[in-house]
Amino acid sequence: MEVKMDLVSEDKINSMGSMEKLRFVLDGVKSGNIVVLEGGLTSEEQMKLIELTMAEVNDDFPGIEMNGYPTKRGFLNLRRKTRLTVIGPANTMRTIKKENDLISAIISAT
Amino acid sequence: MKPKKRGKGILLRLVMAFFFRRKTPKIGIYGPPNAGKTTLANRIIHTFMDENEDIGSTSDVPHETRRAVRRSGIMVDLKSKSVQSPDPNHGSDPESKVKGRKERAKGKLKLDVVDTPGLATKIDFHDFMAYGLEEEEAKKRAKEATEGVIEAIKWLDDIDGVVLLMDATEDPYTQTNVIIIGNMEARGTPIIIAANKVDLADAAPERIMNAFPQHLVIPISALKGENMEKLYEEMARRFG
Repeated sequence: MEVKMDLVSEDKINSMGSMEKLRFVLDGVKSGNIVVLEGGLTSEEQMKLIELTMAEVNDDFPGIEMNGYPTKRGFLNLRRKTRLTVIGPANTMRTIKKENDLISAIISAT
Repeated sequence: MKPKKRGKGILLRLVMAFFFRRKTPKIGIYGPPNAGKTTLANRIIHTFMDENEDIGSTSDVPHETRRAVRRSGIMVDLKSKSVQSPDPNHGSDPESKVKGRKERAKGKLKLDVVDTPGLATKIDFHDFMAYGLEEEEAKKRAKEATEGVIEAIKWLDDIDGVVLLMDATEDPYTQTNVIIIGNMEARGTPIIIAANKVDLADAAPERIMNAFPQHLVIPISALKGENMEKLYEEMARRFG
């Protein structure tokens, strides 16, 4: 079985509102896609995504696997810069290694 | 005249106390499932409130806590309370008693403790069936667990400080741990990381220290009561 990957540019993500962004991600993941966001999600958005996901967990959709690099501090430590975030269905994607600058994941579809 | 003056003083203090009273901080115990959150909450209550009172039950099956539970008005008074290890093996050791006196912590803080359900990005009912639960029961538990995660996230809006509990035998660099820390940093909420289960042979609290070097990490065993005085002291210092 094939697995579709959506590689979403930072420009597209930035053009969306916060809720629109999360809906876009979750709809993609629920369709079985792996969604890779250039620029990533903030930790607040990731928390909101967990909340949204939990409301939609059922027998066929156990939830999501999510990974990303921690935010970087910008000028004068004031601005937080988000980095790449990868989100996939929990029954398809499995993280095997995660470090500060390296994420290894296995994607297996049955 | 004197009694009248004293009356005024009391009245003034009451008025001041009414207008300038400090809110009791609500401390959330957060972390992934099976990190030992309820064991820690029970330990705090046993030490400072009532030895026979439990905030919740514990189990090896993940998501045993599926509702956030608050215990109000816990007086963490380290001067009046000895918080030594209850491990009977240490009781007769004179050296440990001396060490215990030296390490006796100082601090006082009244707080509310909120024991929260474990945070997770996935909840699969099949995982519960692996622990021997029937399918119907596993599905019910999974449903309740998802509601528990949502509840734990909602509670973050009302929390004044977080004890983030991690299992020292597990890889700490999970996305849920990163997300909790990121959220607390963004909100400016004080956070203490407790590396739990250090009584186990494969515990490696230094992995947690290396993963989150910007935060204080305190190795503890909530089950055995090891190094709890250090955690209480930091709680009094940071959340008070």
